[in-house]
Amino acid sequence: MEHYLSLFISAVFVENMALMLFLGMCTFLAVSKKVDTAIGLGVAVVVVQAITVPVNNLIFNYLLKDGALAWAGLSDMDLSFLGFLCYIGVIAGIVQILEMFLDKFVPALYNALGIFLPLITVNCAIMGASLFMVERSYTFPESVVYGVGAGVGWALAIVLMAGIREKLKYSDVPQGLRGLGITFITTGLMSLGFMSFSGLTL
Amino acid sequence: MSEMSKTILIKPIFKENPIALQILGVCSALAVTTSLQVTLVMCIALTTVTAFSNLFISMLRNNMPGSIRIIIQMTVIASLVILVDQILKAYAYEISKQLSVFVGLIITNCIVMGRAEAFAMKNPPIPSFLDGIGNGLGYSLVLIIVGTLRELFGAGTLLGFTVLPTVANGGWYQPNGLMLLAPSAFFIIGFFIWILRERNVEQIEKNEFPMSAHTAEKGAH
Repeated sequence: MEHYLSLFISAVFVENMALMLFLGMCTFLAVSKKVDTAIGLGVAVVVVQAITVPVNNLIFNYLLKDGALAWAGLSDMDLSFLGFLCYIGVIAGIVQILEMFLDKFVPALYNALGIFLPLITVNCAIMGASLFMVERSYTFPESVVYGVGAGVGWALAIVLMAGIREKLKYSDVPQGLRGLGITFITTGLMSLGFMSFSGLTL
Repeated sequence: MSEMSKTILIKPIFKENPIALQILGVCSALAVTTSLQVTLVMCIALTTVTAFSNLFISMLRNNMPGSIRIIIQMTVIASLVILVDQILKAYAYEISKQLSVFVGLIITNCIVMGRAEAFAMKNPPIPSFLDGIGNGLGYSLVLIIVGTLRELFGAGTLLGFTVLPTVANGGWYQPNGLMLLAPSAFFIIGFFIWILRERNVEQIEKNEFPMSAHTAEKGAH
């Protein structure tokens, strides 16, 4: 249990997807202007991460890994080079299914998340989490914890950022730095803050 | 080379830089720039993928049903990235270890998708190929600047050769450890955008809430 808690904390704070690993930056910068939309996108990312990372874990362990196809009588087959294609396919597919499912059964949530769901397919935080999961050879329960943790970390970062930017727009910023420039520098300062978590273990 | 293809090639490097103006592909720009060698490999990989994905998608553009075009683009890009990844693993294993997941993340790099969607879907193969190279070079320019600054001031070396001898090795330079950590990349890109926008004034963003002018003198008393 402690092991999973430690993994979760490290995924949220120590290895924060957005601020420490720079993943999902494009969406992070583009959709962090308002807190409401940031929360919507954050929730969507958590949900998608929590599904895609474990699913990709199963696909890797039972279909792609070296010798994983032994159950089908193909014990010396190594399909791990197909990884990228499979993960991105899984992510795109799950986002699409999730979109249809929400549209049918939870229309309120669908309307809230609607426009962000397709955006998530090309969010590198989602793909990044799956790739890290493979690189660090997590087991299935670990991958569930890691997926949720990575999503929560990213959501936390974007909501905080949106809070700062809502205030920032009233400030008198030097001309050339206005908008994108100051956002980068603010993100840098936030990342500096998150560095204080490094080395944290439970 | 004709005038037209020159414009396609040069424009994305300074005028419409994908990172600084269009905020595309920032993620990898920040993560792989701690040393110049890794940065260069990443630049070559991304430029190759963008150029060829543009070329192939442009060749396929008339045979692609609109509703599944994103999936086709993804497949083309993912296949090219797999090729690049396998080549790196075979010939530059150490560097591919250092790049870790970031080669795979070229798939979700918005520059590749963005150019495929915005340019290659509407233009013939050869200009699309050039546009891919141009955008790759624009991305590379920013990455190389960031990579050079970070490695030079963070470790006192360039491409592994000592430029500023550090105190630890009996030299005079006290390395700035912050440069090797995550936040410095954000600061460098922020300042880079500032410099670029001071030069290209039309890129400055509009102020949503401008400060009102100073109160007239008699009103202030």
